[in-house]
Amino acid sequence: MTDSVRKPIANLDETRALVTASLQGRYRRERIFQAAGVVAVLLSVGFVLFFFTSIVGKGYSAFSQTYIKLDIYFDPAVIDPRGTRAVEDLSGANYAALVKDALQGLFPKVTGRSSTRELRRIISNGAAYALQDMTVADPRLIGSRRSLWVLADDEIDMYMKGNVDVELDSDRRKVSDEQIAWVEQLREDERIELRFNSTFFTAGDSRDPELSGIWAAAKGSLFMLLICMGLAFPLGVAAAIYLEEFAPRNRWVDLIEVNINNLAAVPSIVFGLLGLSVFINFLGLPRSAPLVGGLVLALMTLPTVIIASRSAITAVPPSIREAALGLGASRVQTVSHHVLPLALPGMLTGAILGLARALGETAPLLMIGMVAFIVEAPNTPLDPSSALPVQIYLWADSPERAFVERTSAAILVLLGFLLVMNASAVWLRTKFERRW
Amino acid sequence: MPLGSKQAGFIGNNESDLKDVQLGKRVVSSTDQIGEFEAFATVGEATVDDPIISIRHCNVHYGDTHAIKDVSLDIARNEVISMIGPSGCGKSTFIRCLNRMNDTIETARVDGEIRLDGDSIYAKEVDPVLLRARVGMVFQKPNPFPKSVYENVAYGPRIHGLARSRAELDDIVFSSLDRAGLYSEVKSRLEEPGTALSGGQQQRLCIARTIAVNPEVILMDEPCSALDPIATAKIEDLIEELRENFSIAIVTHSMQQAARVSQRTAYFHMGHLIEVGATDKVFTNPVHRLTEDYVTGRIG
Repeated sequence: MTDSVRKPIANLDETRALVTASLQGRYRRERIFQAAGVVAVLLSVGFVLFFFTSIVGKGYSAFSQTYIKLDIYFDPAVIDPRGTRAVEDLSGANYAALVKDALQGLFPKVTGRSSTRELRRIISNGAAYALQDMTVADPRLIGSRRSLWVLADDEIDMYMKGNVDVELDSDRRKVSDEQIAWVEQLREDERIELRFNSTFFTAGDSRDPELSGIWAAAKGSLFMLLICMGLAFPLGVAAAIYLEEFAPRNRWVDLIEVNINNLAAVPSIVFGLLGLSVFINFLGLPRSAPLVGGLVLALMTLPTVIIASRSAITAVPPSIREAALGLGASRVQTVSHHVLPLALPGMLTGAILGLARALGETAPLLMIGMVAFIVEAPNTPLDPSSALPVQIYLWADSPERAFVERTSAAILVLLGFLLVMNASAVWLRTKFERRW
Repeated sequence: MPLGSKQAGFIGNNESDLKDVQLGKRVVSSTDQIGEFEAFATVGEATVDDPIISIRHCNVHYGDTHAIKDVSLDIARNEVISMIGPSGCGKSTFIRCLNRMNDTIETARVDGEIRLDGDSIYAKEVDPVLLRARVGMVFQKPNPFPKSVYENVAYGPRIHGLARSRAELDDIVFSSLDRAGLYSEVKSRLEEPGTALSGGQQQRLCIARTIAVNPEVILMDEPCSALDPIATAKIEDLIEELRENFSIAIVTHSMQQAARVSQRTAYFHMGHLIEVGATDKVFTNPVHRLTEDYVTGRIG
């Protein structure tokens, strides 16, 4: 140590003065940093609030639906002219005529072709199907007269919810002046009202907004999630355990690790293409099936689950492993008795967050044909089905005004799903988390 | 200014300290002429009659690092042997060879011969799981499982199938806790998590957990370094009692502790076993220059 770098100690007062002088700048930087943080938080909270008020404001009205009370006469001459009471005869009958007659009875003064057609249009096409279902279920109705609440048309529904601008010229809106007069008359007679829209939760897709619902899409999503969870979680956890606890450190394992991390960042539509070529074209699985959707989403979620599980395993202190090994536990015993129970909450959290992402995924599902128009809810994972985000995408594309509120309502349902999943992730973590 | 003058004095001391610190290095350079092997050849009585563990020409490599260099040592039955030496001298690595804990480190390679009761423990047919049931280990930081006190002690007997019934298991657990001097303190809290105990209690719980498997040898890797003096004293008393039934190899940074608990002491330096002998002799009348430097506080 010939060239000394040591200098004489600086004067103490000088040092203090320097420290004091630097204090102000340090505090200022701290205040700026904190202010920037607060601004960032406020901005994000503001955006989230805006997003929610917008969605809820648009969507809440879809949970109610306009119904009109009609006095239906189940005319035997229309429903069952041959008097057989056979199901084929009953289901083939012209129930729209019953609705028409009931309307005619309410508004006897309406005559003329175009006016009667306008009048008929205030009732949904679904009303006739509802009457048909009622009659087939209970043929004793035939010949009786009942007061029934039937679905109104979606445009009337929009008018009732105040979404029609009556100031506009009659030919620039879908609800005519005549129809408005009838609705107002019905309102006076207390024959029209907004009721809870159960159709939205029980029906599949439909060309008529008032008959459409999310059940088919929700069921498809549910099937896909179950398949995705059932595949991605055990596979991901097993892969993570192998990579963390058993795999030798060599170039191949490094390569696999890098690729897993890269796969997590691959755009989801690529997984859709993969599913299309492997599951549909090569393995010949049916198109639009939740099974294929679940498989694709499982592939997409797998890297996320592996990464989350690996970090959960790494977070288990090595001293626990040493303790178990030192007692003579085998490696498998060490993992299954000690590492896995401690890592499980983290693994579950990661898996559920991965699933939540999969639930909201649309792009890969478009590639495997899940963008179809699905009326019937799937009964098995092999039936053609839709998914919640795809349904939202389809409705957002529809021209009818009533689909706008349904789009927002479907988004609300999807958000509800996500909220439940994230809440369960938090709950699982707190429930199973152990401290050491 | 008092502070300034104090610092000046400190600088002066520091320079002479530096010289002392370099002593170790100087020994190396001066013995280079004799050759490294001879300079670091073990002095003292490394072998004993009828050892429980005998180590011959043990070498450990971590990748390119040669961590243990040609160490030969016997551990006698019912003795406490302490391993001392400066940080990084390989004493922990050395005792981790004795229950093959180094197997868990992928880059570690152990050469040489280590025999437990005459049988080589690195032979192909030896199951490390069985070996670790015979050679237990207590670690530096208390590491109870995040389970109840009872489950902590019961885990070993359970995986090895030592108890045929719940009553037998209870017997093993209670007597192990008792032998670790912990039973009276925890008998009302057996279902509480082991991690809720105090540091010293946790370490005794780890000792109870180790002796529940009824090993022949217990390795202790600085068992008291995370504990306060009172807890340390309890562990030291415990080690003295355990010697009746077990052989104990203990790594320690505290020379006082080595002097208090062990019958023999081994001094390690840069991977070499420098000197081994009766504890009082190593501390009062060391033969090797390096040992003398260490026990008199000049290096380490």
